[in-house]
Amino acid sequence: MLEAVPIEYFLYLCTLLFVIGVFGVLTRRNAIVVLMCIELMLNAVNLLLAAFSTYLSDAQGQILVFFIMVVAAAEAAVGLGILVMIYRNTKSTDISLLDQLRN
Amino acid sequence: MQSLLPLIPFLPLLGFLINGIFGRKYFSKTTVGLIGSAPVLVSFLLSIACFNEVATSGPISVTLYPFLSVDSLQVPFGFLVDQLSVWMMLIVTGVGFLIHVYSIGYMHDDEGMWRFFAYLNLFIFSMLLLVMGDNFLMLFFGWEGVGLCSYLLIGFWYNNVEYGKAARKAFIMNRIGDLGLLLGIFLIYKTFGSIQYAQVFSQLGTLEIGAGVVTAICLLLFVGAIGKSAQIPLYTWLPDAMAGPTPVSALIHAATMVTAGIYLIARCNGLYSLSPDAMHVVAIVGLATSLFAAFIGLRQNDIKKVLAYSTVSQLGLMFLALGMGAYSSAMFHVTTHAFFKALLFLGAGSVIHAMGGEQDIRNMGGLRKALPITFWIFLIGTFAISGFPLLSGFFSKDEIFAHVYDHGGAIWWALASIGGLLTAVYMCRLLYVTFFGNFRGTDDQKHHLHESPASMTVPLIILAVLSVLGGVLNLPHFMHIEPSSWMAHWFAGNGVGGTPVIPMGEIGIDASTEWMLMGIATAVALAVIAVGYVMYSKPDNLPVADAQQSGLGKLFANKFYVDEIYDALFVNPIARLSKLLHYYADVWGLDGIVDGVGKSVMGLGGYFRRLQNGNIEYYLMGMVAGIVLLLLSVFA
Repeated sequence: MLEAVPIEYFLYLCTLLFVIGVFGVLTRRNAIVVLMCIELMLNAVNLLLAAFSTYLSDAQGQILVFFIMVVAAAEAAVGLGILVMIYRNTKSTDISLLDQLRN
Repeated sequence: MQSLLPLIPFLPLLGFLINGIFGRKYFSKTTVGLIGSAPVLVSFLLSIACFNEVATSGPISVTLYPFLSVDSLQVPFGFLVDQLSVWMMLIVTGVGFLIHVYSIGYMHDDEGMWRFFAYLNLFIFSMLLLVMGDNFLMLFFGWEGVGLCSYLLIGFWYNNVEYGKAARKAFIMNRIGDLGLLLGIFLIYKTFGSIQYAQVFSQLGTLEIGAGVVTAICLLLFVGAIGKSAQIPLYTWLPDAMAGPTPVSALIHAATMVTAGIYLIARCNGLYSLSPDAMHVVAIVGLATSLFAAFIGLRQNDIKKVLAYSTVSQLGLMFLALGMGAYSSAMFHVTTHAFFKALLFLGAGSVIHAMGGEQDIRNMGGLRKALPITFWIFLIGTFAISGFPLLSGFFSKDEIFAHVYDHGGAIWWALASIGGLLTAVYMCRLLYVTFFGNFRGTDDQKHHLHESPASMTVPLIILAVLSVLGGVLNLPHFMHIEPSSWMAHWFAGNGVGGTPVIPMGEIGIDASTEWMLMGIATAVALAVIAVGYVMYSKPDNLPVADAQQSGLGKLFANKFYVDEIYDALFVNPIARLSKLLHYYADVWGLDGIVDGVGKSVMGLGGYFRRLQNGNIEYYLMGMVAGIVLLLLSVFA
């Protein structure tokens, strides 16, 4: 069934997802939304990886996807932890306020 | 003796180290004087032993270790003590020791006495290396060493800016000469393939007389001698060197260091004899300096300046003798000059000591009664240098004049004799103005007048005896008193190569002519002494002030304006050039580059720091733009 879907479709979908993610990261100010957009970009790439893996009949790609998901989960936990600290200090999740490193 | 030989220079070096390191904190002034003088005395005694050894069994040579060994250039740290070296060693350590003893009394009130004795010992060490070395490199080593000590001792009272400047002047003037010496040594190495005396001088037979390279070597070495021995045009440092303490003037600027140039040429007499042109130059420079300095000496009123110009003049006379080929006569005059000029300087020091630092003879006068020993000693020194019959200077100058008459002719002889006449004039003026007439100083100074302590007068008396009897060393052969021409025979002894160190000079004129020349010189000297007494010993007669000088007198008093001419020709242009270079090359150019690099980095940094504005969206935009650019550059 999966073989019926051409690889180009996956490419279009993943590119679309990735661009949506990039667009979200660049335009949104809410840190939570930015994090979600980053996850979107990451998973767009994951999806592409899985698609190519099936296309090439090589299971290594899919194994790699699992690893990436684990690492991404850990990273998201750290990112959210930082976000909580930021919120406690600034009472806000607006990233444009976070320019304290300038000086 | 061979094993003891290195002790001769190294004992004074030890004295220098001990006094220099521990002198200030741990030693009393008496101890400092003792530690300073004892090594020189031991060196003197060892030099006497060396003298005996050389007299009985010929030259001694010792090689301690290879000093420099590069390809074909082999320079050992070795000593060669032959008739010439040992004679210089005796003068350096003998006169040097007397001056050390004198300094114990003279410098007793000075806080820096430990420093003074340390420098004096270092000087003796350097001078001994200069005369004892068996190659030109060791000579150069000692040559630079004495230059350094001269600098240190002229600027001994360094709190006085003028003294510091005089020290620098001496050092720089000497450096100009040293360059000539160094080039001469290079040329010797290129020509002979060695810089060891024995190897160089043994190859002289292969060269023809008047060869260009020999003339070049001789002239370059002579440039070195000009600097060290204060001849025209590099003599101006010596009168300024009187800024140092008086024993320094006696030791360095009269008796020993300035004779290094004479030693150098006497040592290389084989080379010079091959180059008549170079000898002619030496003779002309010597004669010119002798007259020039004597004229200046006529109108100086500083007791030490008169003696300084007299030294320059006498050194000129020695170079005249060297240029005439009368090497042993020049060495004879070096010896007698060391005696009576050290005597005169130390006598002047005794006067200055008694006058509480006063050096202007117009403020002295009538010191004969207050300082009887100093007076008699000064009288002996003056008569010796003026050529009073049977004193040492009489014989040594007369011998030079005879050689000048023989080799140069009547005109040279007449000019040289005028120099001798002028010497007598200014020395008698100095003697009479200082010691006769009425006292012209302040009452305070008059009250303070006293004869110097025994540590100062005893060396003076010894030097006075030597000044009187020094002529016995080389009695003229035509007098037929044994031992006639002893010193000439001594120097004609066989050196290290089996050839005479200084071949016997022949005098081609007959005995009656020599008697006549001697008679003329004697008559002139006696006449000057008598006329000078009438002119200058009157109570109310004293030299006019500088401002009232006129005509030639003014020219002499201002030293022919040579210092001013040098300032205008060399010193000021170089100073201006230095200022220009300082501003344009240093401040503007080099500093501009260095500062420019710093400033441009700071400017760029200031420019780039605007990128880091802390805005996360901005960073992210930059990151994405970077990735897009990267991908475009790879795939497009």
